[in-house]
Amino acid sequence: MSSLSWWLEVALRIVVIFAAFLVVPLVVGQMEHKAMAHMQGRLGPMEAGGFHGWAQLIADGVKFAQKESVVPDAADRTVFQIAPAVALIPYLLALLVIPIGPGTQVGVALDLGLFFALAVMGLAVIGPLMAGWSSGNKYSLLGGLRSAAQLMAYELPMLLSAASVAMAAGTLSLPGILDAWHWYWLPWQLIGGFVFFTAGLAELQRPPFDMPVADSELIFGAFTEYTGLRFALFLLAEYAGIVVLCLLTSVLYLGGWHGPFAEQHLGWVWTLVKTFLLAFVVIWLRVSYPRLRADQLQKFAWTVLIPLSLAQLAITGVVRVL
Amino acid sequence: MATHSYLSPTGVEIAFVLVGLVVLGSGLLVVTLKNLVHAALWLIVCMGGIGIEYLLLGAEMVAWIQVLIYGGAVIVLFLFGLMLTKAPIGRTEELDVAHRWPAVLVGLGAAGTLVTVTVQAYQHTWFEPRDALALGSSEGLGTALFHYWVLPFEALSVLLLAALVGAIALSRARREDDGPDELPGEAQA
Repeated sequence: MSSLSWWLEVALRIVVIFAAFLVVPLVVGQMEHKAMAHMQGRLGPMEAGGFHGWAQLIADGVKFAQKESVVPDAADRTVFQIAPAVALIPYLLALLVIPIGPGTQVGVALDLGLFFALAVMGLAVIGPLMAGWSSGNKYSLLGGLRSAAQLMAYELPMLLSAASVAMAAGTLSLPGILDAWHWYWLPWQLIGGFVFFTAGLAELQRPPFDMPVADSELIFGAFTEYTGLRFALFLLAEYAGIVVLCLLTSVLYLGGWHGPFAEQHLGWVWTLVKTFLLAFVVIWLRVSYPRLRADQLQKFAWTVLIPLSLAQLAITGVVRVL
Repeated sequence: MATHSYLSPTGVEIAFVLVGLVVLGSGLLVVTLKNLVHAALWLIVCMGGIGIEYLLLGAEMVAWIQVLIYGGAVIVLFLFGLMLTKAPIGRTEELDVAHRWPAVLVGLGAAGTLVTVTVQAYQHTWFEPRDALALGSSEGLGTALFHYWVLPFEALSVLLLAALVGAIALSRARREDDGPDELPGEAQA
C-alpha cells in the first residue's frame, strides 16, 4: 500500500469516528427526549426543525455556545476549566477501538482493545471528580465524593465480567472476540452481560445510579457551577458514555455485528440496532426506576454484582475446560 | 553489540527521553506542590507518562494495565480520600514535615541504587524494541508470568492478601480501643 493512500485511510477513519462521536450521542439524546416524553404522556420537543422537533438538541447546543462561561471566584481556575475535556476525550479514544462490522470496520484493531477501552473509560471518571473538587461549592464536593465512592464499588464487577468474555474468547482483541463469538454465548455470558451493563450505568451515573447528581439533594452534583459550553461538554460526555457503554455491551455480550442474516455486508447495521436497543433500555430505566440510596448502591455492588461476576467467571472457566 | 551507539539515537529513544523528562518533572511536582489535589492530578500525568514509556519499550499489556490501575483506579482512590478528609482549594501549609531532608536523602539513595544496579546488569545488553513486542503482548506476558514466574506471582498475591488482612485488623483494633466513644448504633454495624 502506498504511503499516500495509507494516510488517506487513516484520515478517513479519524473523520468518520469523530463525526460518529459528535452525531450518535445527539441521536441518543433526542431519543431520550422523545421516549421519556411519550412514556410520561407528553409529546416532548415538537417545534425546533419542524418535524417532531428533530433539531432540538442542535438548538440547545447553539444556546449553550452563546451563554457566558462563568468560573466562580472560589474555584480552582485551571482544574475547573480542563475538567470537561478530561471527562469527554476518553470516550472518543474508546470509540477508536470498538469494531462496528466484520473485517476492517474498526478504527484501530488493537491487540488489547478490550483492555484499552476499559482503561480509558476508567480515566473518564476523573473528570467529574476534578469538577466536584475545583468548583469551590459544597454541593459539588459532595457530588464528587459520591461519584468517587460509587466508582470504586462498580469498577471491579465491570472488569471481572469483561474478563469473563475475554476468557471465553481467549483474546483481548475486540474484533478477535467477535470472530470467536457463537450464538450460544448469549445464554453463556448472560450474567456477565447484566453485571457489565449495570456497572457501566453506575459508572456513567445514570439513573437509577444517579445519586452523585441527585437534583433534589445536590442541585446537579459536580456540574452545579458549570455554565455554557463547558456544561454542554459534560452533557455530551454523558451521552457519549452511553454510546460507548452500549456499543461495548453489544460487542461483548450480544455478538456485535453477528445477526440472523447478511452479517458480512450489513454487519454494522446489526451493531447499531443492538446499540440503540440498549440505549433505549438506558432511557427506559431512567423513566421507570427510583434512585438508589448511597447504602443501597454500595450493598448492590458488593453483595450482588461482585458475587454474580465471580460466578460468571467460574461458569466461563468450567464451560471452557469442558 | 558494538553496532549500537547512544550517540546516534533513534526516534524511539528520543521520545523515550522526552517522556522520561515529563515523568520526572511531574513526579517532582507531586512531591513539592503545596496543593494536595494538584499533586494528585500531576500524579496522573506521571503515571500516564510511565505508561507511554512502557508502550515505547514494546510492553503494550503492561502499559494499559498501568493506565487502568494507576491512572484510573488508584487516582480515584486518592481523590476520594482527599475529598473525604479535607481538600482545601489552595495551599496546605502543614504539609512541611520535619523529616523532609532525610526523606530526600532516602529517595536519592534508593534512586541511586536502582540506577546503579540496572546499569551494571544491562550495560552490555541491547534490547531491540521491535523484538520485545511479542514478549509485551498479552500472550507473551501471560506465558512468561504463568510458566516461569508463577511462584513469585503467587507469593505476591499472598503478600497482598496479608496486607489486606493486616489493614482490616489494624482498623478493627483501633475501633475497640475507642469503644466508649462510639455512637450507640455503631456497635452492631
